[in-house]
Amino acid sequence: MKGAVALLAGALFGAGVCISGMVRPSKVLGFLDFGGAWDASLLVVMAVALALHVVAWRVVKSMRAPRYATAFPGPPSTVVDLRLVGGAVLFGVGWGISGYCPGPAIVSIVSGATSAFVFVAMLSVSIALYDRVVDLRGLDG
Amino acid sequence: MTNFTPLSAAIGGALIALSLAVMLIGTGRIAGVSGMFAGFLRPSSGDWTWRLYFLVGMFAAGAVFRVAEPDRFDYATRVPLWLVAISGVLVGVGVRASKGCTSGHGLCGMSRLSKRSIIATMTFFGVGVATATIVGIVLRGA
Repeated sequence: MKGAVALLAGALFGAGVCISGMVRPSKVLGFLDFGGAWDASLLVVMAVALALHVVAWRVVKSMRAPRYATAFPGPPSTVVDLRLVGGAVLFGVGWGISGYCPGPAIVSIVSGATSAFVFVAMLSVSIALYDRVVDLRGLDG
Repeated sequence: MTNFTPLSAAIGGALIALSLAVMLIGTGRIAGVSGMFAGFLRPSSGDWTWRLYFLVGMFAAGAVFRVAEPDRFDYATRVPLWLVAISGVLVGVGVRASKGCTSGHGLCGMSRLSKRSIIATMTFFGVGVATATIVGIVLRGA
């Protein structure tokens, strides 16, 4: 059942980035590049999704456990450190260069666009290497 | 703002929120894409199958749009491929170090007022705008 839920959620996500236009890096850059023909669509996507997800967290509060699992996530960590901010800076630079972030880029693979393949290939390699280094050095305890 | 498409943006945003809500309420997971994908890349960590299903769902929906409306996708980027490659590395390291991307920090975390997520999201949006604006100036000037 968990598999079916994940399949549905993945399909909803894929449809969401396609319909909103966020699957196109040019559309994302239309927002991020303030010097170009500015396009606020990304902001609308974020605002609508955020507002609805606030409701989802309220629903969570009214439930004792998830439908197909035993527990909801605990409270978020409050540790603000260099890794958090530095990581967000690196992500911002990468995102601003290409207009790709992980979700839309992964969906874009089906387009057959070379740029999507290149991005996701490098994304995969760097994620795998980062996690390997963290494992080896025991950084995450 | 000739390219502004508020209606499709709102519908798409609602579907993305619904996706995250289905995962959260159905399975108790904060299914940010970078965390989902990172776990998929290391099957040894267990807890792997749902990630495969999530990816299959993403690809299936994308494939439907690819067939029905191929113009919904970009087939080239405004920067050369070597910069796309560098961008992929920066995003990969960045989302693992900060433990979240646009969906995890930007939506799941922000919507429950996580301090980490608010700081991360402000940072990557600010730096993303600065970077894209500078790249745009360089591209238009060149």
